[in-house]
Amino acid sequence: MRHAATLDARSAGHGLRRWTYVGAAALCWVTLYQLNLGFWNWVVFDVLGLDPESRLGGSVHFFFYDITKITLLLVGVIFIVTVLRSFMSVERTRALLGGRREGVGNVAAAGLGVITPFCSCSAVPVFIGFVAAGVPLGVTLSFLIASPLVNEVAIVLLFGLFGWQTTAMYIAGGMVIAIVAGTVLGRLHLERWVEPFVFQTTLRGKPVDSSAGLSWDDRLTMAREEVASILRKVWPYLLVGIGVGAVIHGWLPADWFAAHATGWWGVPLAVLIGVPLYSNAAGVLPLVEALHDKGLPMGTVLAFMMSVVALSLPEMILLRRVLKPRLIATYFGVVASSILVIGLLFNLML
Amino acid sequence: MDIKILGSGCANCQRLEAATHEAVDQLGLDASFEKVTDVAEIASWGVMHTPALVIDDEVVMSGRVPTTEQLKELLAR
Repeated sequence: MRHAATLDARSAGHGLRRWTYVGAAALCWVTLYQLNLGFWNWVVFDVLGLDPESRLGGSVHFFFYDITKITLLLVGVIFIVTVLRSFMSVERTRALLGGRREGVGNVAAAGLGVITPFCSCSAVPVFIGFVAAGVPLGVTLSFLIASPLVNEVAIVLLFGLFGWQTTAMYIAGGMVIAIVAGTVLGRLHLERWVEPFVFQTTLRGKPVDSSAGLSWDDRLTMAREEVASILRKVWPYLLVGIGVGAVIHGWLPADWFAAHATGWWGVPLAVLIGVPLYSNAAGVLPLVEALHDKGLPMGTVLAFMMSVVALSLPEMILLRRVLKPRLIATYFGVVASSILVIGLLFNLML
Repeated sequence: MDIKILGSGCANCQRLEAATHEAVDQLGLDASFEKVTDVAEIASWGVMHTPALVIDDEVVMSGRVPTTEQLKELLAR
């Protein structure tokens, strides 16, 4: 209907206008990103007259520079990734995982967890949907672990703040955790600790692929809405994260952690503190950046970040709907141990 | 016509409900609305990405909030 010949000329003009807007927005983004450092140098040090070497000057500058930088990175990344992800869907992922055995299935699930559009708020329907469709429990869990742990926001922010080497290590580490933890959980045969109604759920009708039949306008609108909705969701975390990061940046002596927290016990402590904390990559990364600046080893820093984003109390409460306490405890235990091992390995390697 | 809005009460679910009401009114259809918020029931529809729209026991859309125009197209089918 939409492709009627008479509409062709109009839609060509419409397409041109649409891409002009996208191009102009991209140009604005690059300009703002380039001006960020100079602008806040000028405001904080020249206009406000704070001393760059002072604690207050350092903290205030870190706060404003970082909040601008991270907000810009988030807007750009979420937009692009949502457009790309609109070609993918949980339905398609499930279809891809349906016939898989354990092993190959866990690897595929971890990989798909990275690229499938998914929000932790839909963890429960996804869990039921996967298990009811015959995806093995361990494979489903690999997907649920990888999804929040190795996501686009984390990847791009890590890349922006620490460079590609750290990012590559993080992605590899996160995938390994999802694969290993999912395989271990699968081998433990914990099906009896899943709420029985999950297995009794029969799927009626054929599912609709949420990525089907979208136009470019739909995809761009979705991306714009996703940016707005994620920013609305993360800004308190971002403010707290950057605030704490700024205080650490200004007040803690340089290399404080290098002097006090390089022992092996740093990693378990980081995991222990990180698990109950609930934040997402956007909120935890400014903190991670400040901690690393002060000499906290990279493995410890990444273990902290992973345990914050992958495991949390609210998630535990959500999952309680489908999993019995024993399975939740095992799940948290296995994932936390995997993070611990990866963190220790990173510290040894670097 | 029997319309179900599947979703656990998130902002998008409410937007979908409002948009669907508008589309139904504009088309002058006679429809009954039902909100399904129970995860088990949502999942049994095969929906993993809320909000979703069910028309006459068939899932027609999931995972996003379409425009009123797109909803009218779905309703008119």
